[in-house]
Amino acid sequence: MSQPFRLNKEGLINRNKKISFTFNGKKLFGYEGDTIASALIANGIHLVGRSFKYHRPRGFFGAGVEEPNAKLQVEFNGHSEPNVNATEMELVEGLSATSQNCWPSVNFDIGAINNFLKMFFPAGFYYKTFMWPKSFWYKIYEPFIRKAAGLGVASIEKDKERYEHKFEYCDLLVTGSGPSGLASAYAAAKNGAKVILAEDKPRFGGTLLTDDVSIDNLSGKDWAEKIISELKSMPNVTVKNRSQVFGYYDHNMLVMFERVSDHLEKKSKFTPRQRLWYIRAKETILSTGSIERPIVFGNNDTPGIFLSAAAKEYMKVYGVLVGKKPLIFTNNDSAYETALEFKKNNVEPIILDTREEHSSELIDEAKSKGIDIRFSHGVIVANGYKKVKSAKIGKLNKDKNSFEKIETVDCDCICVSGFWTPSVHLASQSGNKLKYEEKIDAFIPDKKKQHETSVGAANGSFTLEESLKNGFENGSNLSAKITDTKTEIAIPNVNEKKYGAHDKFWCMPLPKNENPKRFVDFQNDVSVSDIEIALREGYRSIEHVKRYTTLGMATDQGRTSNLNGLQLVSNIENKIVPEVGHTTFRPPFTPITIGTIVGREVGMEYMPTRKTPMHEWHEKNNAVFVDAGAWKRPRYYKQGNETLFEASKREAKNVRENVGICDVTTLGKIDIKGPDAAEFLNRVYTNAWMKLPVGKARYGLMLREDGIVMDDGTTTRISENHYHMTTTTAQAANVLSHLEYYLQIVWPELNVNVVSTTEQWAGAAIAGPKSRDMLSKLYPDLDVSNDALPFMGYKEAEFFGVPSRIFRISFSGELAYEINVKSDHGMFMWEKMMEVGKQFGNQPYGTEALSTLRIEMGHVAGPELDGRTIPSDVSLNGLVSKKKDFIGKNSLGREAFNVESRQKIVGLIPIDRKSSIPEGSHIVQDQNAKLPNPKLGHVSSSCWSVENNNPFSLAIMKDGKNMIGKKFFAVSPLKNKSIEVEVISSHYVDPEGKRVRS
Amino acid sequence: MLYIKCPYCGLRAQKEFSYGGDATVKRPNINEEVSSEDWDNFVYMRKSPRGKHLELWQHIAGCRQWIKVQRDTATHEIFQTAKVTEEIR
Ligand SMILES: [Zn+2]
Repeated sequence: MSQPFRLNKEGLINRNKKISFTFNGKKLFGYEGDTIASALIANGIHLVGRSFKYHRPRGFFGAGVEEPNAKLQVEFNGHSEPNVNATEMELVEGLSATSQNCWPSVNFDIGAINNFLKMFFPAGFYYKTFMWPKSFWYKIYEPFIRKAAGLGVASIEKDKERYEHKFEYCDLLVTGSGPSGLASAYAAAKNGAKVILAEDKPRFGGTLLTDDVSIDNLSGKDWAEKIISELKSMPNVTVKNRSQVFGYYDHNMLVMFERVSDHLEKKSKFTPRQRLWYIRAKETILSTGSIERPIVFGNNDTPGIFLSAAAKEYMKVYGVLVGKKPLIFTNNDSAYETALEFKKNNVEPIILDTREEHSSELIDEAKSKGIDIRFSHGVIVANGYKKVKSAKIGKLNKDKNSFEKIETVDCDCICVSGFWTPSVHLASQSGNKLKYEEKIDAFIPDKKKQHETSVGAANGSFTLEESLKNGFENGSNLSAKITDTKTEIAIPNVNEKKYGAHDKFWCMPLPKNENPKRFVDFQNDVSVSDIEIALREGYRSIEHVKRYTTLGMATDQGRTSNLNGLQLVSNIENKIVPEVGHTTFRPPFTPITIGTIVGREVGMEYMPTRKTPMHEWHEKNNAVFVDAGAWKRPRYYKQGNETLFEASKREAKNVRENVGICDVTTLGKIDIKGPDAAEFLNRVYTNAWMKLPVGKARYGLMLREDGIVMDDGTTTRISENHYHMTTTTAQAANVLSHLEYYLQIVWPELNVNVVSTTEQWAGAAIAGPKSRDMLSKLYPDLDVSNDALPFMGYKEAEFFGVPSRIFRISFSGELAYEINVKSDHGMFMWEKMMEVGKQFGNQPYGTEALSTLRIEMGHVAGPELDGRTIPSDVSLNGLVSKKKDFIGKNSLGREAFNVESRQKIVGLIPIDRKSSIPEGSHIVQDQNAKLPNPKLGHVSSSCWSVENNNPFSLAIMKDGKNMIGKKFFAVSPLKNKSIEVEVISSHYVDPEGKRVRS
Repeated sequence: MLYIKCPYCGLRAQKEFSYGGDATVKRPNINEEVSSEDWDNFVYMRKSPRGKHLELWQHIAGCRQWIKVQRDTATHEIFQTAKVTEEIR
């Protein structure tokens, strides 16, 4: 049970609480406060995965978001998640982690053969190798790539966890709780601003937790704690750890990913797992710090090679040694702090410094402690396959491109530091173009496009004093503009070590005849030679080099590789880095779970469900529902073992023979009022509306300005200046917006108001030859004769004591009425109708029967009014007024709309009178013709004609009615069907429309 | 997500609005002769400028008013919003 690499005292972990977990099946333990990475390293485990392309053994490289390698499949709290960053995921009891991208195991991986075949895997190898023949893609290449290169495995189980979204507004959002972030938040909070301070890690303080500094005589860590506890006590401040601001969107909206409970052993079922915050901030402080970048050298991806600051963090935060024989390879002073920390813990490091011998505060301290420092030195190549065993090191000549001396030294880890790269991703996402700062060989934010201010290391200030000053000033000034309050804060006294200048050295040369892989991008296995090849092949733009080599395209977004890649390109191209430019940063900064993006909008909560007032009755009576937008509509009412086909046939037949009722509540309803209402309708519809009398309905057709049919429906004149418009269920919202557009923008002089009343009315259609008999029983005191209530007539009457509207309109083509009552009375109306209708053989019918009825009548609906048809295409030119102007009229004269051969509506029946014609089938002359087979039209709607007892379809077809009597094939490659059909009139039943008027 | 100031309701998130295209397009008058060219220009021809663009939005999940928004199509910066009856220069 001993942990060979755990220090006895150091660290911020809770040594009183052991946590057991497994890695690749092996039982291990760590402590509360460990990450998976720190616990594994404490146990001496470094080999955690295989690389993406060459399947090379990989270990930990960083200690946080910068980690490119250690992505694990992790099972915890009952779910399995791929690509979890081991350096960020906190250890929880019972967690089980396994390596990815290796088969059969991380120690023996067959894919590693790629490493020995690497000459076959150069830059762009996917583009080059897997080009042809096409059929190879499906059979050989794709399965191979999937098996060999797959990262983690997504769970196929339903995610039982709860995820939440939260919207928040603040004066100042501070992203990162390092020294500059704490100072900014504190100053703004003291000015009374509403502040949100977000920290990605579990612990606040950033570099204050690991740097050997003091502020006002407190250690960095203690000062951070003091500030945080003060901030937490202020009502205007929200302090969040485990929360990463990963995206900077338009108009200062930032999105934050909070890991609420992954680290908890127990939680209530209402505690979300993760939470997505949409934060609209007036000002944003970007205190995201910086990330150390490596120096490139041979086999620099071998397990046991770390960033030097990560090695220090493992010691200081987790009490863990990344090795006991460290080499520190650096071009700057910051790695000396890592060396001193090793020394403090009785480990003897060797420092290889690429700079020539010189002196600085840190170098002198290291010397005085007796640390072995070798100037003008660097690591040429790391030896060891699954773990570093030794390193070939070289003393560089003055040109830094050749060696004075080469030797091999034993080591068990290499801690590398190539200086620091500000984390400018959020600034870049906000639209800031960034500028190259020669002094630090990296990009920092330039002119701002949004309300963002980068402070501290994120802005290229690498001293504590500067960072604090920067933070206090900006936090205070930005918030004072908002709150009009300025509280003076004394800048604290700072004690920190002074760093000397760094060396602009980023890649170790190779001795002659040596050619180990030197990786620039670990996660995507991009090496120096890959980038060289890309440039040799003519790729110039850094964006193209990126895509061709996949440099910086992995989930770590090239955090440790971008700048070295740019350096390499600029060296080869003989340019300077700013001329090469940088690639674009895009959100999210780190991978976030799909569950968090989705939030609570899953299952029934995916979208609102609209139910009619009669919904419960439908449910109780075995309705099978269909979605119509957000509405649930009965598709059919199942009796016994009926199929959809049988039930809809029964229901439709009953309407044709007796009477049926249908819930039509979902139809769009718009109330139109005002002295100019008639004039408005006259402009909106293609037909004439000025003379419609009160108490009458009219069928209307509306177009878009381009002449295409937009919607159809009936509108009834309720009183002099009051109309009731109906729209199709699908177009209800569009039609309302359309009307509002014309009233508000185009014709504001018209005195008309429109409002949706869809949900105010419950509607039921009564259709069939016996519908008048039934109506007379529903309204015993009302004259419902054909004279008193003719086709397109309208009456208001009491329905068993409840006010109601009766419209004599028909969609089914039968004698029919539509009754509207207030929504609250919908169920009452429906039940009464069922009760009264019994004697007439009334049955409810659903949308499937409704479709059958309208199709065999040749009434057009959505499938025919598909955004491509004009009135004459669907035989509705009778509704187009020649006399008056209306929306879209001028477009109807277009040449293409008036070509005789234009595709128009027809009816189709199968020659065998049996085979149903799939909707969407193409109509062709010759089913065996060579491809491309000329298409004459398509089948828009199909049904089983209950009237004629055979299939019938509507189609939109070239030459329209001229084709009647001819035979064609309706071909559906999707259903693998070809059916010989005859063209007939689209009005298959009652072409004269006698029934509706009967 | 854009933050749009509805002249009736104040600053609201983009998801409350729907986009309505170029606000400078003027429909030819109803009941008046219009040349095919003018009509085609009205129905089909739109500029697609990079930069300042005066456009219509409707506050569909709010007051349902159509409004004018002057926006930079490249940066999404919103310079001004107004009621449709108001002028924006
Ligand atoms: Zn509004």
